Amino acid sequence: MPAILEVRDLVKRYPGVTAVDGIHFAVEAGECFGLLGPNGAGKTTTVEIMEGITPPTSGEVIYRGKPVDARFRQEVGIQFQSTALQDFITVRETLELFRSFYSRGLSVDELSRLCTLQEYLDRDARKLSGGQRQRLLLALALVNDPEVLFLDEPTTGLDPQARRNFWELIRDIKARNKTVILTTHYMEEAFLLCDRIAIMDHGRIIAEGPPASLLAKHFHDVILQLPKADFTLDPADLGIPLLDAGEYVEISTADVDTALQKLMAKRVSLARLQIRARTLEDLFLELTGKELRA
Amino acid sequence: MIRRYLAVLKTRNLEFLRDRAALGWNVALPVFIVVGMWLIFSGGQKPLFKVAVLNGVTAIASIDVAFLKTRYVDFYPVDDEAATESKVAHNQIDMLMDLRDPKSPRYWVNETSPKGYILEKILAGETDTHYARATVSGRAINYVDWLVPGVLGMNMMFSCLFGVGYVIVRYRKSGFLKRLNATPLKAFEFIAAQVSSRLLLIMSVTTLVFIGTYWLVGFYMAGSYLLLLLTAVLGAVCMISLGLLVAARVASEEFAGGLLNLASWPMMFLSGVWFSLEGSPMWIQDVAKVFPLTQMLDAARKVMLDGAGLAAIWPQLLSMACMSALFLALGSFGFKWKNE
Repeated sequence: MPAILEVRDLVKRYPGVTAVDGIHFAVEAGECFGLLGPNGAGKTTTVEIMEGITPPTSGEVIYRGKPVDARFRQEVGIQFQSTALQDFITVRETLELFRSFYSRGLSVDELSRLCTLQEYLDRDARKLSGGQRQRLLLALALVNDPEVLFLDEPTTGLDPQARRNFWELIRDIKARNKTVILTTHYMEEAFLLCDRIAIMDHGRIIAEGPPASLLAKHFHDVILQLPKADFTLDPADLGIPLLDAGEYVEISTADVDTALQKLMAKRVSLARLQIRARTLEDLFLELTGKELRA
Repeated sequence: MIRRYLAVLKTRNLEFLRDRAALGWNVALPVFIVVGMWLIFSGGQKPLFKVAVLNGVTAIASIDVAFLKTRYVDFYPVDDEAATESKVAHNQIDMLMDLRDPKSPRYWVNETSPKGYILEKILAGETDTHYARATVSGRAINYVDWLVPGVLGMNMMFSCLFGVGYVIVRYRKSGFLKRLNATPLKAFEFIAAQVSSRLLLIMSVTTLVFIGTYWLVGFYMAGSYLLLLLTAVLGAVCMISLGLLVAARVASEEFAGGLLNLASWPMMFLSGVWFSLEGSPMWIQDVAKVFPLTQMLDAARKVMLDGAGLAAIWPQLLSMACMSALFLALGSFGFKWKNE
């Protein structure tokens, strides 16, 4: 697939800090590309440079083979991490306002149907719940029926139900063959939605690829989890390295059968044993030595 | 381009009109002030006598005329005979004296003015010199007649400065401007819509208040309504542009509030909202001339009280037009969509 967007040697420096430190990557048309990293990793700065909101110190962003120009803003949709809207203005009026900025796009009815806002069209935008508000911001990003959609931490602050509803909307958008660039620090979100991800830390990309491939490349084991209360054994007696994970003890192993046999031989209760696959959170910890949400 | 401009204009108007508290305050405040002042001052004139003196280059204190030493009378020099005569006619000044030729001194009074009558009697008792007497007549201008343009102008000033400046800074701080910047909307389209919206609203509100105050108080209006409208529109554009200039880069509401207060309070005291600067030191009058509100009130009072035409107020109109162009150019050039 051809790259619809390409970032070349991007650098952004502020006084005393380099927010983006010479990164480059390409986003293919129709894919969902995730930028992951903790707060301060440089992902929002990177996305804002790609959106044309922030000028880079050096480097360039290429759209359909050319540096971004006036056409770019007509063809992309953007949802910021947080956006205030005008007071006393209804959902319908807000959609009509943003629709007027573009030469082509979706009607208010289409947008409200796509983002399930039909019930709230005449409601003051200030009186929407968190999930409804995020759906309105998504509708504003879709108002011009964009080729590329930027979503900057769109589900931050939402409850689990609202987050899952939002994921369904993004899946619907992906099904319309749109290119989505998503920044998030929710690993589950990235794993479920993204075709490829880039993990950022200190302004650099430290890993890039499809989530499953990255995990397969870096991990060949699974994690056994046992509540600490059930694990009365001296770790030295077990002969397997143990990890402290809060209320749990974790055992990393590529040979589950042998590990379970050892635990049973030492008469450790397996009633509350859980086995989980490695996650992107583990990958980040592995690559950087720190928690992703730090 | 027009579609984007009209859409921003429409939603800004809706935002203002639906904010009942702000709208009510914009309409009610000037009416309260004018009615209050009318109640206080409708019983009579201000107690101080005012006498303007045409005296060439000589300082009043050095003129050897006993009448000029009279206590409780404010003597001050003027050089525009025709304009000052008009003020005597409207009872804004109680007497005009011409002492430029010591051999043939003259004075003007309004025969319907009780204060002019008293001053004439004092003058006759203080000197043996013969003064040529001239009379002028016209409708007496009460303080409330003089105050109405001042209060309406002050209300326009606060609405223009804070209504544009504060709102843009709030939009910037909340990230709404940043969101707009991510669309094809251009800065001049957004700015033009903000200026038009505020102009439309402030002119509507001011017209309503003007009519309401006229109905309640019945103030004096001698000149052309069309010319007064032109003066008000130019004054409003000028002060909106000043608000825009203040808000062009600022991201803190507190800092913007400080800057807007810094712009508005000197205008409120030195532009002649509450009292005339005639008789005050020249440097204060010179400083006041750089304020848009001074230019607007000078022109508005000339139209309303003296019935002045375009020929008399074009310098004020030109001055406001030039200031508007300067403020708009600087504001647009320095405009920033988001915080750094």
